Amino acid sequence: MEHIRRVLSVIVLNEDGVLSRISGLFAGRGYNIDSLTVAPIPKTNLSRLTIVTSGNAPVLEQIVKQLHKLIPTYKVIESGQFVEKELALVKIPLNEDFNGLDAMLKAYNGTIASSGEEFIVVMVADDYDRIDNFLKAVKKYNPTDIVRSGSVALDM
Amino acid sequence: MELSGSQMVIEALRKENVSVVFGYPGGAIMNVYDEVYKQNHFKHILTRHEQAAIHAADGYARASGEVGVAFVTSGPGFTNAVTGLATAYMDSIPMVVISGQVPISMIGTDAFQEIDAVGISRPCVKHNYLVKDVKDLPRILKEAFYIARSGRPGPVHVDIPKDVTAQIGHFAYPAEIKMQTYKPTYKGNPRQIKKAIEAIVASKRPVLYIGGGAINSNAAEEVREFAKICGIPAVETLMARGVMGHENPLLLGMLGMHGCYSANMAMSEADLMIAFGSRFDDRVTGKLSEFAKHAKIIHIDIDPSSIGKIVPIDYPIVGDLKNVIEAMIPLAKEHVEADRYKPWRDLLNRYNEIHPLKYEDSNEVIKPQWAIERVGELLGDKALICTDVGQHQMWSAQFYPFSYPRQWLTSGGLGTMGYGLPAALGAKVAMPEKTVINFTGDGSILMNIQELMTAVESQIPVINVILNNQFLGMVRQWQTFFYDKRYSSTDLTMQPDFVKLVESFGGRGFRVKSKEEFDKALEEAVASNTVCMIDVNVDRFENVLPMVPAGGTLYNMMLEYKE
Repeated sequence: MEHIRRVLSVIVLNEDGVLSRISGLFAGRGYNIDSLTVAPIPKTNLSRLTIVTSGNAPVLEQIVKQLHKLIPTYKVIESGQFVEKELALVKIPLNEDFNGLDAMLKAYNGTIASSGEEFIVVMVADDYDRIDNFLKAVKKYNPTDIVRSGSVALDM
Repeated sequence: MELSGSQMVIEALRKENVSVVFGYPGGAIMNVYDEVYKQNHFKHILTRHEQAAIHAADGYARASGEVGVAFVTSGPGFTNAVTGLATAYMDSIPMVVISGQVPISMIGTDAFQEIDAVGISRPCVKHNYLVKDVKDLPRILKEAFYIARSGRPGPVHVDIPKDVTAQIGHFAYPAEIKMQTYKPTYKGNPRQIKKAIEAIVASKRPVLYIGGGAINSNAAEEVREFAKICGIPAVETLMARGVMGHENPLLLGMLGMHGCYSANMAMSEADLMIAFGSRFDDRVTGKLSEFAKHAKIIHIDIDPSSIGKIVPIDYPIVGDLKNVIEAMIPLAKEHVEADRYKPWRDLLNRYNEIHPLKYEDSNEVIKPQWAIERVGELLGDKALICTDVGQHQMWSAQFYPFSYPRQWLTSGGLGTMGYGLPAALGAKVAMPEKTVINFTGDGSILMNIQELMTAVESQIPVINVILNNQFLGMVRQWQTFFYDKRYSSTDLTMQPDFVKLVESFGGRGFRVKSKEEFDKALEEAVASNTVCMIDVNVDRFENVLPMVPAGGTLYNMMLEYKE
């Protein structure tokens, strides 16, 4: 069966141990987590998790049902209509030739987030597949560190 | 009302009408036990091991339909309880288990008897709580009982740090439960119900596949009525024994790995399967690609994640089984003609005549199946039947004449050896007027043997019938069939004198080598009003048959074993 990538937006009660319930569910039942982000929803007692997972159709259906089954789960949103963005930070030594970097950052909604005596840190926020592309392209500046945030998504 | 955390626990149990708690004290839960001492709302039964406390609460819950309650302490007290929690979780048994925990300030310091209890219990309970503030305790206890008994039932674990049990807080037990995120579905979708009835009307070879959900939902009466109106033959899972009643002409028997031929053939040849609160366990389905491959499937279950988990479902209905069948019955009366399925019923009855459940009786040695049938003849519906796990469990499921739901208590999903004796204690406490029999094996009984002491001390007269073949019989059977008779670690010839053993605890023991001795021992045991152990020497090499080997197909059963 076809392996499908799926973004799930899960609204849960913001209480002790809720993240371990979710991550334990995925680990215990052998589901994939490609990325997971979590933050409280302002002015509520809820948190939003954005989980990127993958599996065949029956597995994805079961993931959604199992998430629903957890007592602190309020809502599981699996609509295809998501605005999905990911952020990446890239640390580049100052002794590199930055020719063309500006244009590249512009193309990927990027900016220079910080600069120090030996390094600059650039930041891009874009679709996850475009982040893939950016990270390939940025290699020519010999980055020393790369960190990706995992996807955040909002349903339309 | 201002109360300490410990007093709140007692008050909450009173509000929940809890009449008995099973447990074992220890450092972190001493404050609670101090309040247990002072109260007289419920009885506390001291077991001799925490695992047994949980199984006893489980047995109480299965026999009564009420929430079972147990107390254990932190650390090893709690880890001993885990097998009991997992057993109850797999079989959807409502329980509230309260454990002590080290004081909040010490959590995370590797304190004496500290363990991350909620971290351990998370995958084997329906829900759990670590109480961090006494002001949350009344709400948490209320939610725990509500979650345990509502929806698909299950065990709920509440871990209370010692300082929280001492803190004083305001106690107002919530009258109503309001949970933002947990709302089980009870009513079936009427459109889906209508479609299901249409599918039944269109079918020629329908079969009811009844699971433990029928018992949890207290739906046996409705299931029987529905089956009768429609004239649809029924099969029961291990967990559902007793739902239809053994005298019901529509009941074919148990299905699955050790199910009867007609039940498994019914599944294999059906064109419509109606699953009532069953979960398509691998011990039921055999090889999935061959399982009921001619059948469309209606699946009614209160747990949406059970539907479509193992096999695709054509007509899913989420809801409480009793509720859904009640809605189906008037439609069935109007549209379904029971006569239509007569040729199908006749065919299945013929299958049953060709290959009935059978064993070869002997006058030389007691056959284990005979002992079970004999108890059935002598006690019938007067007895509740508990088991441990293994051959004796399957023979009990096959050969005991079950008449009603909650007559049969067994660890189905997890298959926990050592379940039988403590569960029997819980069952007897719930149903004191019944004779409680624990069919057990010479392997299983030793796994919670210390509970003989509980039975004697708390005067809970249960009867343990050891079908003693001096083997870990089920594993031995697999070794015979599939491992060229290499009996690796299954010979249990080395064993205690069970008669002296039970007598040393203060109970009564009987050694039985003949049918006459068996009858006499059982009669005396029933009359004795004390915990009894009947050690029955049975045929060592008897096998549980028929059998669908793991991963085999239901329509290709091993009906006999030939050397």
